[in-house]
Amino acid sequence: MADIYFTKEHEWARVNGAIARIGISGHAAHELGDVTFVELPTVGKQVQQFEVLAAIESVKAASDIYAPLSGTVKAVNSALENEPEKVNESAEEAAWMVELEISNPAEVAQLMTREQYTDYLKTL
Amino acid sequence: MQLIYEQSVPGRRGVMLPTSDVPLAPHLPVHLLRSEVAALPEVSELDMVRHFTNLSRRNFSVDTNFYPLGSCTMKYNAKVLENAANLFASLHPMTALLPGGSAVCQGALGMLYDLGQWLADVTGMDEVTTQPLAGAHGEMTGIMLIAAYHKAKGNRKKYVVVPDSSHGTNPASAAMVGYEIITIPTAPYGDMDLELYKQAMNNEVAAVMMTCPNTLGLFNPHIKEIADIAHSFDALMYYDGANLNAIMGKVRPGDVGFDVIHLNLHKTFGTPHGGGGPGAGPVGVKKGLAPFLPMPRIVLDEQSGDLLLELDNPATIGRTASFFGNFGVMVKAYAYMLMLGRAGLVQVSEQAVLNANYIKERLKPWYELPFDLTCMHECVFSASKQLAHGVHAIDIAKFLIDKGYHPPTVYFPLIVKEAIMIEPTETESKATLDAFIEVMIEAASLAESDPAAFADMPRTMPVTRLDETKAAREQQVCCSG
Repeated sequence: MADIYFTKEHEWARVNGAIARIGISGHAAHELGDVTFVELPTVGKQVQQFEVLAAIESVKAASDIYAPLSGTVKAVNSALENEPEKVNESAEEAAWMVELEISNPAEVAQLMTREQYTDYLKTL
Repeated sequence: MQLIYEQSVPGRRGVMLPTSDVPLAPHLPVHLLRSEVAALPEVSELDMVRHFTNLSRRNFSVDTNFYPLGSCTMKYNAKVLENAANLFASLHPMTALLPGGSAVCQGALGMLYDLGQWLADVTGMDEVTTQPLAGAHGEMTGIMLIAAYHKAKGNRKKYVVVPDSSHGTNPASAAMVGYEIITIPTAPYGDMDLELYKQAMNNEVAAVMMTCPNTLGLFNPHIKEIADIAHSFDALMYYDGANLNAIMGKVRPGDVGFDVIHLNLHKTFGTPHGGGGPGAGPVGVKKGLAPFLPMPRIVLDEQSGDLLLELDNPATIGRTASFFGNFGVMVKAYAYMLMLGRAGLVQVSEQAVLNANYIKERLKPWYELPFDLTCMHECVFSASKQLAHGVHAIDIAKFLIDKGYHPPTVYFPLIVKEAIMIEPTETESKATLDAFIEVMIEAASLAESDPAAFADMPRTMPVTRLDETKAAREQQVCCSG
């Protein structure tokens, strides 16, 4: 069972050994409203923690998605390009966006657990 | 309503031309001739007149209704300005660029030169280029000027700083020129967080882009300090002129430390918005950046009093548009400034700010005001009270359409949830504002008493509630068939 972590910018990272799947939280998907477009990075792209990784557009807004962890893009969920509505239906499961090979597992310490994230949402 | 192509009847003509009674000119070479008849609708003149007249009656504009679209300054465009632009209609745009041509269009060059001087005067800048064709084009030109400045000085710069309340075009323009963006959050007092700004600043910051008043309609009281800090890192201050309508004759951006500014003539100086005709985004700069301005530049020969064209210099960023930009728009802005005069422009800003504050105070009991401060030319509410009943900002927008109002901007700025951003502009009477306020109160009451009623609004339009998600997800921008 992989561990899930969250950022203050509402991304999640599900870490499984050296691989992390990245997406946006259910809260973020709800706040964005109907998602209309997801711009995914190219495979092989290297990102630093908290740098822009992808972008998302909804009927309300366009937002950047930041990398919760540093690493190299191994795979992207290209199904989202044709079915962006999946982000609204299953933000934290089926609508994963990027699979990263993480370069510094210690960075997880800068992320929130689900419990911490739930508490964080109450402060917003 | 049918498309004009659907009204087409084979053989029907708007104009019947007589048989030619002069000898036919020799044919063009065969390869230049059409092989098929052009696919034009075949309609009578009356069919066409009715079609376009009926289309125009479906148009919703400042000329037909109150249009308080925040951040866009949809001000009324005085009709006499169109007449002014028409005075130049027969002047060929190439004239000034031909050898000796500037001598025969001194009037047109003088208009451009004076407009540049006046805009520099209003903004506290030293020189203005009128070339950029729209606000975002002006932004990009401004950032290119900043990049040229740093390059010439040998500065190594990597970042552009923007507040999170900025127009999306600010970070986009900076990114287009190759900078990375640092976004500074808004503090609870409604402006860029000063402490976080100080922490973010470093020697690699090329520019700080500010909109002041910002998109919450608030004037930043720390603007001078922000500029001083930027300058201490040799970062330049960029002023997004989208909200200049609030401060004309009160504050000059150049006096509080801004180095570069773009203006939206279609927001502040009474010219049509992009959709209604070409826009214009002149850029003003302080002296230090003037060598980098686009060519050609109109310069005054002090001795003869003639206006001459400087066509090239080694430091210029080059041309950013053909000729001198959207010339007709310049004429309208020139006429607007001439018509109002210095005192009139001050009054424009005073009235725009007064109108916005009047709406803010009267609607405050009904709608949440996330930043409860004296605003400038626009005010930002949140539909959070209505959301508690399941009514969103978009529902209130649809309600307003049924009541004959163009909705205010909704869901912007992004930092306010369920944002409703109202900008009445200076030309609206108290009676118009009162009528709008009553309708907004009616919407708030209905949200409490019958929230379900909003679901199928608007009801009075040719089309009712559109599926905005489907429209964005399944874009079909060409006519089928």
